[in-house]
Amino acid sequence: MIAEANAPVRPKYTKKELVADHPTWCPGCGDFSILSIYFKMMEKRQIPHESITSIAGIGCSSRFPYFVNAHGAHFLHGRGVPFATGVSLIRPDLHVFMFGGDGDAFSIGGNHLNHAARKNIKMTYVIMDNFVYGLTKKQTSPTSPLGFKSKTDPWGAIDQPINPMKQLIAGGATFIARSHSHLPNHVMEMFEAAMDHDGFSVIEVLSECTEFYPGAFDAANPRKGGVFTLVPKDHDVTDEVAAYKLAMESFPGTFGVYYKVSRPTKNALEANLIREAKSKANNASPAELLQKTFDRFA
Amino acid sequence: MIENPTGSSVAPNGVNAALAKKNIQDVVIRFAGNSQDGIQSIGGFLARLGGRTEKDVMTYMTIPATISGGPSIFQVRLGTGDVLSAGDDVDILVAFYQHSFNDHINSLRDGGVLLYDSDNVQPDPNQKRYRAVGIPITSMTVEAIGGTAKDKGKNMFVLGLVARMFDLDVPKLETMLQGYYKGKNEDVIRSVLGAFHAGYGYDVGKVADTFQFTPAIAKSETKKVVTDGNQAIAYGALVAGVRFGAGYPITPWSSIMEILRVELPKYGGIFVQTEDELAAIAMACGGSYAGYLSLTGTSGPGISLKSEAIGWAIMAEMPVVIIDVSRGGPSTGLPTNVEQSDLNICVYGSHGDAPRIVLAPASVEDCFYTTIEAVNLAREYSCPAFVVSDQALATRVETWDMPDFAKLCQNIDPKLEPRGPNYKPYENTADGIARHAPPGTRMLDGKYPIVTGLEHDESGHPASRPANHVMMTTKRRRKLQVLAAKLPKAQVFGPPEGNVLLVGWGSTEGPIREAVERARAAGESVSSLHLRYISPLQPGIEEIFDGFNHVFVVEINDEGLYGLGQLAMLLRARFADKKIRGINKTDGLPFKVREILAGMNEKLKTPVQ
Repeated sequence: MIAEANAPVRPKYTKKELVADHPTWCPGCGDFSILSIYFKMMEKRQIPHESITSIAGIGCSSRFPYFVNAHGAHFLHGRGVPFATGVSLIRPDLHVFMFGGDGDAFSIGGNHLNHAARKNIKMTYVIMDNFVYGLTKKQTSPTSPLGFKSKTDPWGAIDQPINPMKQLIAGGATFIARSHSHLPNHVMEMFEAAMDHDGFSVIEVLSECTEFYPGAFDAANPRKGGVFTLVPKDHDVTDEVAAYKLAMESFPGTFGVYYKVSRPTKNALEANLIREAKSKANNASPAELLQKTFDRFA
Repeated sequence: MIENPTGSSVAPNGVNAALAKKNIQDVVIRFAGNSQDGIQSIGGFLARLGGRTEKDVMTYMTIPATISGGPSIFQVRLGTGDVLSAGDDVDILVAFYQHSFNDHINSLRDGGVLLYDSDNVQPDPNQKRYRAVGIPITSMTVEAIGGTAKDKGKNMFVLGLVARMFDLDVPKLETMLQGYYKGKNEDVIRSVLGAFHAGYGYDVGKVADTFQFTPAIAKSETKKVVTDGNQAIAYGALVAGVRFGAGYPITPWSSIMEILRVELPKYGGIFVQTEDELAAIAMACGGSYAGYLSLTGTSGPGISLKSEAIGWAIMAEMPVVIIDVSRGGPSTGLPTNVEQSDLNICVYGSHGDAPRIVLAPASVEDCFYTTIEAVNLAREYSCPAFVVSDQALATRVETWDMPDFAKLCQNIDPKLEPRGPNYKPYENTADGIARHAPPGTRMLDGKYPIVTGLEHDESGHPASRPANHVMMTTKRRRKLQVLAAKLPKAQVFGPPEGNVLLVGWGSTEGPIREAVERARAAGESVSSLHLRYISPLQPGIEEIFDGFNHVFVVEINDEGLYGLGQLAMLLRARFADKKIRGINKTDGLPFKVREILAGMNEKLKTPVQ
């Protein structure tokens, strides 16, 4: 595997150099603010372009990689997480970011979320949650609240929505945070904390769909008369039960880091297996290893 | 059993042949018992011994689909010439139980020998078709190794018995047994050898012929190895330089992922057991995207699940190697039986126009080299490549030449040299092949690429313009046409002209070749063509077809709605030749030579229409 590259000294870049295609999102879409914060964070951290990889599934938010001038992959609906897992495990030198929406994360790709969480794969997963299917023009999403009227539930959603925080805690994610696209400073703070976490870090960012679910998050937007409540200062982020209690609060709930614990990543555990196996085999070359194995078959 | 007419001391078939040694070239032995009896290990030892003593070996095994054991067989054909198939009829049947006898007695040839455990089996005393030899296998094993070992060690007793009958190299067998049980406690090794010697000491000479193989036909000095097809695929991948893979357990693919999971760390690599089939191929796509050509694999149902991502890899032009160890289908089907019914899904599966590379190994040795070739073609053409094996190849044990690892081992780790300026991942070049710059690659003009499943322009950005989709669809097809032109010309087995051409693919090569030899020995004009490159097809096929009156495609799959199996349908579509017809079967068992010849004669009764 490729070791951390010794990056040559380069002139500082500005976020302008990270801008690629103009986003195809609708005017006012919450995703714009998340994209611009991503640029801002990269600019602040001065991570070389080639060391960033943005990966996405399918959905409005999943168009993200096209708008970032860095390596990126646009994979299948729901399967971005296992794809990103492959990149993360074999390439510890890269900063792997995964972008997706509520459909990708909690519906078609729901199972992958649990497994990447329990395996503690090193990556940052930004879930841009708008409570609606936007790209396909207003169907009920797994996070649509009861009573939300969509083209598939014109009488109002009748299925209990998923609680993302509860699911992520139960799944075993080691960094779980919640933010709101209308509060860029808070998003930035969560981004940086997530990126610095050694493990599977997830941020659910409420990101308004102005076209199909306008006003969905006004209750937490001070500029729209809502109240943005931070996670209490005395909240113990290593206390799973306390995190679960925060997740139980009724909408719009609180924002910030719900849960953060340190547990070995699969990346580190696999690297250990490699180290041990290689040392046990006296760092034999592939041809030597194979010859030894086949001598047993002879 | 092929008796050697020139061999000396040929004893007449009969009771008086006691103690005489009979020279033979080839013998088929079937062990029938339950899976917990260690039936497979008898076969495994015999096969490996065959390999070490310059005998050719081919085995055939059925394993129960249930976890708690159940009826199981292992058939081994040992011979001094080229052994092509596992044998149509059994020369010697070893039956451990009454059900083993009931289920398998019909496979015993006329005049064959039934060795049965007289503690458990009661054969028909009045039959004259075969010679029945009762041996108290259970009680003698218990006597040999002590009362606590009831039902254990019978396999070793039988191994000893067979070693005596066929005059096998006992010191070598003992060394192998000791090596195999190395690390177990002394009692286990003592019991194993005790049971083996009890079997060897049993005087079979009184009750059955003993046999001696005619000296091996002079063979090359090459060292031999004995493996099954799944081992050959797994190690082929390691030789080819694969360092990342992902999979989900499914029979009969699982042993490949088990090997890779354990072996890859020694090579600095990782194999991930994923939550499902979708994640497995997604992760392999991710690994390949990251610059390490990745491998995933599965059996039938898993290919159905992976199909969407296969389309992505074709669209994104991402190399990935997909192993399909196919089994009986559709749906859960026959998990532990052979069937060649995945050809269509491997060639066509996934929506849209999705051309890809499909290779089919014909033997255990070919599993090894085909996997290496699949890795190289996938990389060279930036395209998913399938290796379509099957249950018969997966579990079959064969002898093959020791590979030259120093020569074969490849390093395909990414280089990550800076690219550009004006680098475009999907540039519409003459050969149509995408050349990816994996993440970590510095782009000199500061423009970074995106790989995607959306239709895209040359830079990888979404583009749905009509002319662009035409250009890109053509490009993805064109590169495989470039590959097709470079593939080796198809080679006919037997004379290039004649009456009948038998066409096959995959695990049926051995029985088809044996059918050709048998038919030609009987004066019929029959040749064969075995296709290793299923997609794209290799050049020269049409010219070969032109030399024959009939082309019969022999496949273990259904003849379908129009009387054509899956490869036959593809060849008909490609060559529009009415003389292409199918010889098919769907009993979940490998083709017998006799079945191929019967199918051929049946088809010859009806003219080409």
